[in-house]
Amino acid sequence: MTKIVDMKKWMDSPTFKNTRQKWTGKTRDFILGIGIAIIVSGVCYIILAPVIGIVSRAFMSPEDIGNPLVFLFPQNPSLYNIANAFRFMNYWDALLRTMIFSISLALVHVVITSFVGYGFARFKFPGSGLLFGLVVVSIIVPVQTYMIPMQINFRFFLGNESWSLLDPTWPWAILALTLTGVGIRSGLYIFIFRQFFRGIPKEIEEAAFIDGTGPLGTYLRIMMPNAVPAVVTVFLFAFVWHYNDTYYAGMLMTGNTLMASRLNAVGWTYSDFHDMRNPVMMQMITFGGVLLAIAPIMIIYLFLQRYFVEGLERSGIVG
Amino acid sequence: MNTKRKRKGLSLRGRQMFSGYMFIFPWLIGITFFFLWNIFQAFRHSFNHVELISGVGTILTPVGLDNFYYIFREHATFGREMFESVFQMVVNVPLIIFFSLFMAIILNRKFIGRGFVRAIFFLPVIMGSAAIANTLEMVMNMMMGGITGVSPEAMRAATGFNAAAIIGMLEMFEIPPQVVDFLVETIANLHEVIRAAGVQILIFLAALQSIPPSMYEVAQIEGATSYEIFWKITMPMVSPLIVTNVVYTVVDTYANSEVVTTAHDTFFSLQNFGASAAMSLSTAILVCLVLFSVCWVISRKVFYYD
Repeated sequence: MTKIVDMKKWMDSPTFKNTRQKWTGKTRDFILGIGIAIIVSGVCYIILAPVIGIVSRAFMSPEDIGNPLVFLFPQNPSLYNIANAFRFMNYWDALLRTMIFSISLALVHVVITSFVGYGFARFKFPGSGLLFGLVVVSIIVPVQTYMIPMQINFRFFLGNESWSLLDPTWPWAILALTLTGVGIRSGLYIFIFRQFFRGIPKEIEEAAFIDGTGPLGTYLRIMMPNAVPAVVTVFLFAFVWHYNDTYYAGMLMTGNTLMASRLNAVGWTYSDFHDMRNPVMMQMITFGGVLLAIAPIMIIYLFLQRYFVEGLERSGIVG
Repeated sequence: MNTKRKRKGLSLRGRQMFSGYMFIFPWLIGITFFFLWNIFQAFRHSFNHVELISGVGTILTPVGLDNFYYIFREHATFGREMFESVFQMVVNVPLIIFFSLFMAIILNRKFIGRGFVRAIFFLPVIMGSAAIANTLEMVMNMMMGGITGVSPEAMRAATGFNAAAIIGMLEMFEIPPQVVDFLVETIANLHEVIRAAGVQILIFLAALQSIPPSMYEVAQIEGATSYEIFWKITMPMVSPLIVTNVVYTVVDTYANSEVVTTAHDTFFSLQNFGASAAMSLSTAILVCLVLFSVCWVISRKVFYYD
């Protein structure tokens, strides 16, 4: 009898309640943690599986591909695919060209879109709302809709074919687009910069205005140093998208020898050279090529990953 | 005194206007000559028979609505492809949005190896080029046992997983075949959805991290459950970004859809420039209609902090 009463008392006591709460909380967190771990690792596997597959196949020798017992781990590992992809992509040359191309265009993107974004963020002028609506429209309307007339326009630039901006090896047309703020996803960058600049307190600028700095000086010396996260985000986005782009490059720079285009063709280059069509071998070479093409961007990403994710968080894309 | 000074130079407002136009000047050129002008050209081409002559330029012969008649009534596949693409979009976009919001909420929690997982989630954005994407898809099929992969028998041996048995089981429970089809298709598309959700997850993650922690603290002190906290705080604060993500997803899906390829092929293989322009324009208009109606519906529910 006394025991039961004691038990009841104990169960009502705050010590027991505290312990119980602590333990239910802990168990719940534990179960939740396991659930999250399962989901996250599952999704990570789905993302990583093709990458793992490509890496393993890139190192397989032709005999391993024909062998149904070989899965993921090559029996006779060889560098044949990678060496051939390296050779037929003309790798160093492609890498150098692509790096110069992407980095310089990304820099132009940063300069132009931040300039335009500042104009939209801080100045009231007739039609500013309407024009910013046009920026949004230019993000929405896919380039595929007007790419073809655009190509014709660039070919007969200002109505004359001899002024054509389409050059097989020089990106004049892409440069023209980027310089005027309508290049690859420029609208998005203008949007990011505008949102970011609107988040910077106005008082800083007013102080600069009162001290006699013009709008251009304010932009250069006050706003840009404050906009480092947005600059990093836009630069990296622009760099990655130019590096991966085959559409603009294929349409406006038809003879380009950039990484992505060479990767598209590397299987064919290989089989043309050997004068035979072996689809399996073409695939193998492409696997090697993919590995080579993503390697540099992967290395850059691993170093800049911190700035990329955190930069985006602070870049004002959130509005 | 004051008015006299104003008359001499530009007023503050005038100066503001001038600087505003100065800042957006490069973009004004671009949007007029390379965007609006080209869209106008595409519009004109769609009502004409277009011939491209080297050294002269384009020669347009007006044909009225012939191009539209051709693509919708005579072209073998275009009409079907167009509606299939839009239907696919309508199914996939909500999936991608829910999935990316869900993943962003998970990635926003603290757990071991979060930085590593975030790095993995951004991989699909890095590997976005067409060549890489195609190769990835093929390898994915090989790894998961798709049509182009290994034979079903070998697949079962390799993974011990039999998809047909599960489908049969669902049918045994008399679940309607449409639902089974939808489930199977969704699971088959899972890779596609995950690959398409990289940027959206990042945007949602950024939105989640911009919610002031004090809001959550207040809600907890007031005794709100996590369910309430999600619907009353997280959802409204993230809602403006849902619109952004819907727009991004729709445009991204459209750019990778079959109709775009068809329009492209019509231009380059058939050299039928007018029909190609008509195809691009009609799909773009349809997609914009879908986009605006969806955005209109969502934006009524959106909460703006200011």
